This record gives sequence, structure tokens and C-alpha cells, in this order.
Amino acid sequence: MSAKPKVGFYWCASCGGCEEAVVDLAEGVLDVVAAVDIVLWPVAMDFKRSDVEGMADKSMTVCFINGAVRTSEQEEMVRMLRKKAQFVISFGSCANSGGIPGLANQFSKETILKFVYEDCPGVDNSARTRPQTRMKDEGDRSLHLPVFRDMVRSLDQVIDVDYYLPGCPPTPKLIMGGVQALLSGKLPAKGTVLSPDVALCDECPRKDSKPTDLALTEFKRPHLAPIDPEKCILAQGFLCMGPATRSGCEALCVKGNMPCSGCFGPTSKVRDQGAKLVSCLAGSIAAKETPEIDKVLSGIPDPVGSFYRYGLPKSMLKRRIDN
Amino acid sequence: MTHHDKKGAGRFEPRIVAFFCNWCTYTAADLAGVSRLKYAPNTRVIRVMCSGRVDPQFVLDAFSRGADGVLLGGCHPGDCHYAEGNYKTLRRMRLLERMLKDMGVSDGRFRLEWISGAEGEKVKTVVNDMVAKVRALGPLDLPGKFKDWDSELEGLARSVHASSKEAAHVR
Ligand code: SF4
Ligand code: SF4
Ligand code: FES
Repeated sequence: MSAKPKVGFYWCASCGGCEEAVVDLAEGVLDVVAAVDIVLWPVAMDFKRSDVEGMADKSMTVCFINGAVRTSEQEEMVRMLRKKAQFVISFGSCANSGGIPGLANQFSKETILKFVYEDCPGVDNSARTRPQTRMKDEGDRSLHLPVFRDMVRSLDQVIDVDYYLPGCPPTPKLIMGGVQALLSGKLPAKGTVLSPDVALCDECPRKDSKPTDLALTEFKRPHLAPIDPEKCILAQGFLCMGPATRSGCEALCVKGNMPCSGCFGPTSKVRDQGAKLVSCLAGSIAAKETPEIDKVLSGIPDPVGSFYRYGLPKSMLKRRIDN
Repeated sequence: MTHHDKKGAGRFEPRIVAFFCNWCTYTAADLAGVSRLKYAPNTRVIRVMCSGRVDPQFVLDAFSRGADGVLLGGCHPGDCHYAEGNYKTLRRMRLLERMLKDMGVSDGRFRLEWISGAEGEKVKTVVNDMVAKVRALGPLDLPGKFKDWDSELEGLARSVHASSKEAAHVR
């Protein structure tokens, strides 16, 4: 066996974008590949569950896990990987805080299953068949499916995590930085998010045009009004999450003339990104009377979806309560 | 934390966290005390310098740690000791209230009231009214719910733990 560090990549409830991000390292990926042994990467190479089961505990140097945790299978795999790996890196918004799949925590499991298997336009299922976790097929073979849990969880709500790479997906620069830190053994304190701990506005090229008193008179939606390519996007009345989002992406979306939607999650000083965004954005409205305030706020049709877009499971309430 | 869960304790006693601003509502609560006004003992008052200091995170934090209700009291509009603090509060809480509703937290568990330093009587009526309403809603008990939600994880955690492989057994 070679003495190269063994590295694994695994995915749970995610879109595949985080896997793309690894490939996006371009030539950088070749340096990484040359320096390590990839012992698990289901999306790109052929690995089976039994390969993981056969590994010795702590034999993998580091495992990068992306995606939120929704099913018993994901839960079982990440618990197993935790035992096999010395370091577990939570990779991307879904693993870190639930991400887009985490928005499902606004609905009960029954609501979701009923919509998907019965009510969704285009579904033809008059027998109302639902997937079962165990069944026998015509050949009397028994089939198993994972259990669909009641809620979506972040990776660190299921297993212990060593470091976090933020973003939807993390940028090549941050990934390389994280990999190099691991390979060189120059590691920050456990639990560190591997991206600068200041708000995105700090590294935004438009920050000089952001007034101290925003005095917002309306909230506009980016597909319904033109965005000035020079001025602070929030000052123009579009929901820009920069003030309560961690920096590190170098303001990618703003450079593309779109508001930040908050994918890097909060800084370490913020415990609930959504509530902090409410504090900052609603606090910056100019109106003083309730009816006018409500009128301005009506420009935000879906507060939960906007402010917790990448992190409902890690919010203080975690999921809708009365379901 | 959950005193209302105790067996035989009779009716449910809501636990209400009250953030009162130093210059108006806290003074009013003080006045209510000095005037020996009797009102429900269910509030735990936290004095803040201004209602504008109350980050929406504080409200969620109180709920997530077991509060059945959160009351926020500040100076009347125009009277804030820091001029604009309570306007910020009003704007934030109008949005937070919508968000709480979308997250299934019933109307009435959160309340914002303007109570001046002279309105000891208002502290009494607001607290009594809120306690009655939250009592009717029943316990929120988020810490209990969190535990409950996570119970679905337990069986699997044990089974994976049992399949541990010692390094010496392989290779
Ligand atoms: S609010 Fe958005 S556009 Fe304005 S400075 Fe911050 S990140 Fe840049
Ligand atoms: S600008 Fe915001 S949404 Fe866009 S990549 Fe950066 S953190 Fe994510
Ligand atoms: S000081 Fe009372 S609300 Fe600001």
C-alpha cells in the first residue's frame, strides 16, 4: 500500500453541484489526485457500500461529505464514514445547514409524500401506491428502501464534524485552501468554517455605495425590475443577504449583478441567519407607521424561503412546529 | 425547565419571557410593583436598554429554550430614549411575526406593546391578558419537541456503533 493520505467523497441529499465543484478544481484537481489515494467517490468511480464496511476504523485521512441528511441510508453511511475517517469535512450549504433540501422542513412528511405520489400535476397513481420500506416482488425477492425521515438534518445534527466548507457550492479557491491545510497538517481549531469570518459586504466591490442609513422604501424582486450594475443591490431595494452572510465567495453573485441569496451561511457571531437578516433588512426600512411598514414588507412574499434559503434545519426552530 | 409538566401541578402555567426597555416599560413594571398591583407571576423579565436592542434572534432563542410566550415592551413611538430604537423594533417585529406564523408558532405567543413609565396598570392588563391567551394555547415546549424529533435517529446510531471494525482486523 502507498503511504499517501486516503481521501473519500460522499454525497447525501444534494444536487450534485458540490461534486461538480471538485471537478471544477481543473488542473488543481490533478495535484490533489497525485497527492492522495481516493478510496471512495461514488459519483465518479465505482464504489460499493461493502467497500466502506471493509475499511478499518480511522483508515481514511479525510472524508468530504456533501448534502443534507433525510433518509436512514444517508444517516447510516455518514455514521459509518465518521468511524472510518480521521477528519470529516462538511462540504457545502446542504451538509452545513440543510441547504435547499432543508426547505422541506416547512412541510410535514405526509404533506410531502401526498403531494409527490398523489396530488402533483402529472402524477397518474389512482391506486395511491406509496413506496414501502420492505416488499416482495413477483419473483419473491425481498426489496428494501431506506426510511424517509420526518425532517431534514444538517450533517452535524447527525455526526460529529471537524471542519466546514461553506457555499452552494464551495469555491475552488476555498476547497484548495482546505485540502492544503489538511495535507500540510496546519489545521485551525476544530469546528472552524474554512472561510473568512466577516460579512460578505466587507469584500463586496459595491460596498462604498451602501449608505449607513439604507432607508428602504420598497422591496423589489430581481426578475421584475432592472438592477443597476454599479450601486449596492440592497440600497436599490432588492433583498441582498450580504450583511448577514459570511464572506469568502468574493461576491460572486453581486459580480454577476444578482443579489446574494446567503449561501455561505452566517458568520460565527450569528446563531440564526434568518432572524439576523430580519433584524438587518426590516430594521433598514424608512417607514414608521405599521400600515406603511407592512406595505414595504409585502415586497417579501416568502420570508422563510428567502431568509432561510440554505439553512432552515440549522435555524433555532429547525422546522415548522405544528406539523 | 418544564415545571408545567410536573404531575399533579394542576393547570398549565405558561412561562413568558419579557424583554422590557429600561426607560419605559421596565419603569412601569417597577411602578406596578411599588403600587402593589397584583398580576400573573408567569413573566421572567429581562431588562434591556432599549426595545431596539432585542434582536429577533433573542425571541427565537427564548422559544427554543422553553418559553411558551415572549413579550416585548418599549416606549411609545416618539418617546424612545434613543429616538429611533422602537421604530426599528416595530419594523423587525412586523416581519418576525409573519415568519413565526409561517413556522407554525401561533398568534399570541409573541406580543409587542408600548408601555410608558407611568403605565403600571397597563403592565398588569397586558401580562394578565397574555398569560390567559398563552394558557389557552397550551405549552409550546420546544426543548421537548426537539428531543422527540430526534428520537427517530436512535436505533440506527446503536446498530452502526455495534458494527465497528478495529484496525487490526483488516489488512
Ligand atoms: S448589501 Fe449586497 S450589494 Fe450591498 S454591499 Fe452588501 S453584498 Fe454588496
Ligand atoms: S454572493 Fe451570496 S449567494 Fe452568491 S456565492 Fe456568495 S455567498 Fe453565495
Ligand atoms: S428606550 Fe424604550 S424603546 Fe428605546
